[in-house]
Amino acid sequence: MSDTSEKTGNTGNAGKTGSTGNPGKTGSTGKIEKTGRTGKAGKTERLSVFKTYKLYVGGKFPRSESGRVYEVTDSQGKWLANAPLASRKDARDAVVAARKAFGAWSGATAYNRGQILYRIAEMLEGRREQFAREVADAEGLSGSEAAAVVDATIDRWVWYAGWTDKIAQVVGGGNPVAGPFFNLSTPEPTGVVAVLAPQESSFLGLVSVVAPVIATGNTAVVVASERRPLPALSLGEVLATSDLPGGVVNVLSGRTAEIAAPLAAHQDVNAIDLAGADEELAKELEIAAADNLKRVLRPRPVDYSAVPGIERMTAFLETKTVWHPTGSLGASGSSY
Amino acid sequence: MPSGAGQYRTVPVGAREDGRPTLYSRYARRYARLVTMSTTAPAHPLQDVTASDGTLRRFLHGLPGVDAVGLEARAASLGTRSIKTTAKAYALDLAISMVDLTTLEGADTPGKVRALGAKAVRPDPTDRTTPSTAAVCVYPDLVAVAKEAVAGSGVKVASVATAFPAGRAALSVKLADVREAVAAGADEVDMVIDRGAFLAGRYLKVYDEIVAVKEACGPHARLKVIFETGELSTYDNIRRASWLAMLAGADFIKTSTGKVAVNATPANTLLMLEAVRDFRAATGVQVGVKPAGGIRTAKDAIKFLVLVNETAGADWLDPHWFRFGASSLLNDLLMQRQKLATGRYSGPDYVTVD
Repeated sequence: MSDTSEKTGNTGNAGKTGSTGNPGKTGSTGKIEKTGRTGKAGKTERLSVFKTYKLYVGGKFPRSESGRVYEVTDSQGKWLANAPLASRKDARDAVVAARKAFGAWSGATAYNRGQILYRIAEMLEGRREQFAREVADAEGLSGSEAAAVVDATIDRWVWYAGWTDKIAQVVGGGNPVAGPFFNLSTPEPTGVVAVLAPQESSFLGLVSVVAPVIATGNTAVVVASERRPLPALSLGEVLATSDLPGGVVNVLSGRTAEIAAPLAAHQDVNAIDLAGADEELAKELEIAAADNLKRVLRPRPVDYSAVPGIERMTAFLETKTVWHPTGSLGASGSSY
Repeated sequence: MPSGAGQYRTVPVGAREDGRPTLYSRYARRYARLVTMSTTAPAHPLQDVTASDGTLRRFLHGLPGVDAVGLEARAASLGTRSIKTTAKAYALDLAISMVDLTTLEGADTPGKVRALGAKAVRPDPTDRTTPSTAAVCVYPDLVAVAKEAVAGSGVKVASVATAFPAGRAALSVKLADVREAVAAGADEVDMVIDRGAFLAGRYLKVYDEIVAVKEACGPHARLKVIFETGELSTYDNIRRASWLAMLAGADFIKTSTGKVAVNATPANTLLMLEAVRDFRAATGVQVGVKPAGGIRTAKDAIKFLVLVNETAGADWLDPHWFRFGASSLLNDLLMQRQKLATGRYSGPDYVTVD
């Protein structure tokens, strides 16, 4: 920190630059600092650098098309930052980006997808402190509890990274049939999936619903937790530097009900995960989703710290079965 | 004075409202003495500027220079209009009815042209209130197929001709190309100008070629003249080309072939709209405008319609006088139309793949 005086100018006497205080308390979480230090000789004053949280759409970080923001507070009601209040047009743009990314992402080899998911875990590992702080602020956890949540989240990425090239063996395979055919079933991604992230578990819950969607080759439009969106928006920065192609994951923040309605009715969205919707909203969205036969994953109580199983992956997979004629395979009439 | 000139908002040719001569009649008078007067009276006051290479060059170079910064700022500011609800619904339907649905690929097959024709006649089979497009635009050898595909509907068949897109062929070859297309039933011919001759300053050669092609089109086929604005380098050149083509009898002036990097932009279309407006003011003859290439979204198309309304006026807001040369634009227009009708965002699964 001793070189900050070069950037901000040294207002005190030139001899000492001095410490600029605890960077962990200011900086990226954007806590309000009333004023700088009262400028005693020998001390430098440093302006607070607030972070502008932005959406993550198509690999870019736009503000909301509507220009709106809303105040995000911690569990005690203290202001943390302004987050973009996304509109239905942001949702539309995100679906376009997700659709554009779908071809290449679903066509990538499962092995490659696994590498990229593992890369996300690597990038997160380097920013553990930041995420621990954001999770602690958002969910009102102590430092060590938040750190444990972040570690579990990183492990969750690794867990799904391993699954990318194994899920096909579990849910696909050769089927025994009564005829001279090879009969092969392979899982294929459903398409663009709208994901309403859990409202309470802002980071572990978020990753637990996003990772299974993209691990199998879908692309996602994620609506972050309404009151706790900051870890999700920061995750966008990690995804952007993790070899994940732009548009595979798009993160929106704002009023869940406002963004979810156009997504549920959107004709170019193939599935919707309602994890972050309450009962009333979930019913409404499921009705809207029926119009183009979206796959719907209904909300239910989940313990995100437990081993997740493969249900969230299989929820957004289609099964393609191919009958390939083999002809007679021998005098005995045996077949595969 | 041409009949019908008075019905427009312009003043009679040769006089402004304050009694002073109009800009263009002043040019005409200045150059009139330089040319050998023909025995027949000119059809309009600009007729004699085309009498020789010299007069034509002096006329075209005497046109006011284009304020490039002002032009682009004007085009950009008109692009910020917000068109919503009923106005948007009107604009989308109008834009659909103005589309020249185009396929100009080496790989065009009769089957693809038939599919295109079916789409032009009924762009959205799920909604029969959707208007037909204005025309389909194909290469000359596929005109007959296209004609058959749109038979019985109001959809026209346009054909590019004159060694499209480069235009680098002998005049006789170009004229043969046009005659073939017209004989096959083309209602409209899209020709390219000889950019090489234009840039070399041989304006009369370009002029004569357009006149010859117009003649080859016969009395029924309308002629669209493509400038390839991306190759003309300057806005001044676009203005000159516009006047040159209109003097030569073009029914439409069109920005580009869609085969080069820079195609229709709001600024060059605005410039051409100003040219057709001024040309009608000077001569009473209305000429259409067709931006082509690079217009892909409904939002872009609506911006162009705003340009038309604010520059040339509502008289041009008609498929007879304004067209979009496009292929992918139509799908976006249809998706926006579906969104307006149902309130749900549509997707590419609900329109055809071209």
